[in-house]
Amino acid sequence: MFDRRLLQNFDWILLLLLVILAFMSILNLYSATYPIRDSGGSQIFIKQIYWFLFGFALLLVVTMFDYHLLDRIAYPLYISTLILLMMVLIIGKIYSGSQRWLSFGGIVFQPSEFTKITTIIVLAKYFSGHGEYDEYRLRDLWWPFLLVLVPCLLIAKQPDLGSSLALAIIAFSIILFVKIKWRSLFILMITTMSAAPFIWYTLQEYQQKRILSFLRPETDPLGAGYHIIQSKIAVGSGLLWGKGFLKGTQTRLHFLPEQHSDFAFSVLAEEWGFVGSFSLLMVYLLLILWGINIAKSSKDKLGTITAIGIVAIVFWQLVINVSMTIGLLPVVGIPLVLFSSGGSSIISTMLGMGLLMNISMRRFMFQ
Amino acid sequence: MRSSGFDPVSVETLNRRLQIITIVVLVVFTLLLLRLWFLQFIHGPIYRTQSENNRIHLQKISPFRGMIFDRHGNLLVDNRPSYNFYIIPEDISDCEALLRSLNLLLGMDPAMIKDKLEKAPRNYPFKPILIKKDISRDELAIIETNQFVLPGTMIQVDPQRNYIYGKLASHLIGYLGEISDHQLKSGQYPDSVSGDLIGKSGVEGNWQRYLNGLRGGRQVEVDAAGRTLRVISNMPPVPGLNLALTIDKDLQMLAEKLIEDQKGAIVVMNPMNGEILAFASSPALDPNLFVRGIGQAEWDKMVSEKGFPLTNRAISGQYPPGSLFKIIVAAAGLEEGAISPDEEITCPGTYTLGNRSYGCWQRSGHGVVKLHRALVESCDVYFYKIGKRLGVDTIAYYARMFGLGKKTGIDLDNEQDGLVPTSEWKLKSIGIPWQPGETISMSIGQSFLLVTPIQMVRVISAIYNGGKIYQPKIIKWVGNRGEEVYEFTPTQMGRIEIKPENLDLIKDALLGVVNETGGTGTRARLKEIPVAGKTGTAQVVTLETVKVFEDEEEVPTKFRDHAWFIALAPVGEPKMAITILIENAGHGGSKAAPIARELIKEYLGK
Repeated sequence: MFDRRLLQNFDWILLLLLVILAFMSILNLYSATYPIRDSGGSQIFIKQIYWFLFGFALLLVVTMFDYHLLDRIAYPLYISTLILLMMVLIIGKIYSGSQRWLSFGGIVFQPSEFTKITTIIVLAKYFSGHGEYDEYRLRDLWWPFLLVLVPCLLIAKQPDLGSSLALAIIAFSIILFVKIKWRSLFILMITTMSAAPFIWYTLQEYQQKRILSFLRPETDPLGAGYHIIQSKIAVGSGLLWGKGFLKGTQTRLHFLPEQHSDFAFSVLAEEWGFVGSFSLLMVYLLLILWGINIAKSSKDKLGTITAIGIVAIVFWQLVINVSMTIGLLPVVGIPLVLFSSGGSSIISTMLGMGLLMNISMRRFMFQ
Repeated sequence: MRSSGFDPVSVETLNRRLQIITIVVLVVFTLLLLRLWFLQFIHGPIYRTQSENNRIHLQKISPFRGMIFDRHGNLLVDNRPSYNFYIIPEDISDCEALLRSLNLLLGMDPAMIKDKLEKAPRNYPFKPILIKKDISRDELAIIETNQFVLPGTMIQVDPQRNYIYGKLASHLIGYLGEISDHQLKSGQYPDSVSGDLIGKSGVEGNWQRYLNGLRGGRQVEVDAAGRTLRVISNMPPVPGLNLALTIDKDLQMLAEKLIEDQKGAIVVMNPMNGEILAFASSPALDPNLFVRGIGQAEWDKMVSEKGFPLTNRAISGQYPPGSLFKIIVAAAGLEEGAISPDEEITCPGTYTLGNRSYGCWQRSGHGVVKLHRALVESCDVYFYKIGKRLGVDTIAYYARMFGLGKKTGIDLDNEQDGLVPTSEWKLKSIGIPWQPGETISMSIGQSFLLVTPIQMVRVISAIYNGGKIYQPKIIKWVGNRGEEVYEFTPTQMGRIEIKPENLDLIKDALLGVVNETGGTGTRARLKEIPVAGKTGTAQVVTLETVKVFEDEEEVPTKFRDHAWFIALAPVGEPKMAITILIENAGHGGSKAAPIARELIKEYLGK
């Protein structure tokens, strides 16, 4: 079963990019947790190392099987994450007002992270089996639409508006990619826009507040507005070369909220300056372009669409998180993929990277 | 080639699409980098200055909680400045030295302070940690004068709830407590954060949203030593709305004084609209205790030793109404034609049904009585007979008409329903059919009957206000004078269908209870003010148990009867309806009626 050609085709470039990211993440996290090293910070940092090691191991495991297996296990995977999402709502752990975590035998994880992967797999399966590019009309889309809507609603209920929105955007990217008819797209957008006011009223008060405080930061100088200002100060004060490792004053004095997760990028930008933030973005850019290349070289629709989905996960979460820390988007709780702390995010992204590697390794193979 | 591979057209489309994606990605990355360039180069130096020389702190400012007044605008609850002592961990230079100085100067326990510092979240070194709330003037003076040897300490003035009269009306006003995790999660307290005090019961609890106000705060630039340099943005706190209760402060004070050291309740209501004029439940607690914070041990001790002071006996205490219930039995008898006012019934002191005999409270008997005398002297045998004619279900129908057996709807937590038994109820809940003897006990307000004091104040009100059952209300207005968000309006919840001529007979009798010779309530009599009323004595245990004791004074307190009195004054132009209940005090006529007299004198005698 194991083919020597797989080894020859091993995607060293992808691996290298991931190792660089992991290294940068761990280094940055050491600094971000340094001021709180005695009250749980060291654990966050050490855990991150283990998560990455575990993630790389999983990545290798995922490359072992042929990704065409996804065609068979897409729905079982998807359904099991849906079940996990429902369990979150029933027995989930509550932390600062929302219910996002499941705990199994001491291991706490966030099913919404894994839902992103299983949702793109199930969409890839659907689109690779139904119709050709360019031909999708609205009526062909009701099923994939439902496939996305259910997890989105379950996640929004937690409430985790940021993750829910991110999932919707990622899924929508796939639908755009397989391309629906222009007319259908137009109708879809009109519907979404006219639904917006209704969605507004279903939002929790704190969610409305966050959006408002983004649009007019001066209305909430104590909450989100304060976070945006502090993050901008951190980023801006980095200048070209940064203040130096462990020397970020904003970081050390804990002016940044969630500086090891949501605002990890601000820490980097403060301590390493434009050079550091530019380098990190370049690594991500290479990763994304390389992912697009893998999608291009894949020999079938399943591989292509899955690869594009994984690229979309990285791209959109990166854009949302970085924009948030530099004041381009409201503060939504989206971590920076492969950079912020958090086991679920790293493991699920590394699983996705394993799939990408898998697709890449089998690009020259015929069955 | 695989059959599922792409045909040439598809491959071309695909490549074009991937190109578009690549372009989109590049454009977005360019935008992000431009923004970073803008922040880190063009505005960078400004941000660098802000981050290095100055620091932006967030200071929260607590709002003033709304004040609470009585009906005449007398202030009952306000906020006073509390000087709170904080330590800012980041600013401490030498922790051991600081602890030594604090111990030396103020006698503060170093272990206690250390404990608080260690427990505080370490990740916010600039966040002041509360060490001692509400320090005294002397302590304040010592700290201020020694500020230079106490680096890292800070005094902040925070508003603290102040219940001016201590436990006055505490069952109405309620108390504050630290917000629980559960309440924080519920989303009903959007403006509160962990550690905040919120209203937990009474008006403080039910009107929390209005009383609380909105937290304010400001972003300030501080220098390295923590001194404020500049206010960047400021959001002043919005004080909570004020609120006036319907109670009369002086009447309330008197009511509480009259049942001090006893267990019981007094409710005074305006019979014409349902406004509560006084509302006392004894024992009571001083809500100031909760503001300062109270330990679990202290709490347990207080609750068990002081007779459950948090229980609001006026609405949660359920007692047999005793002879008060004769009013309802009389009304039912007249209305149903079971008795005429002139029918004469002989009371020999006992009444026999089957093989059981039921005694009258006056063991020698009342002789021949008509309805009027039967009510005035509270003859039990007369009502045994009427009750037997009516039957349990007819009596229950009238009891419910008078608002018994269900909540009055007063805006307070933990109100109880009481209980009006019917034959169907007994079969369903106990499984035994109703016994004729139980109707006999029920006619004089015993058996399974249970009422709350607040229900009884509505009974006497309804007789004098033309049959209206009002919802008792405790809020006069909420808001600021001139722009109230709520103002009292009466709410009628039901009416009693009794013919006016029958009501007149009962009114005459109730006037007689207080004013005629032989009346049971003569101790409530006042010269200038016509008072009507009815006494009641609710048995706690059966008469047989009590008979063991020779003298009434020998009966252990917990076996003694509850004393009831309901009253109305002035007859003709009713202004106050009163219920008095005193647990284990004995007879209503001797123990409760004099209290009514004092209350009426205070409120109407002015």
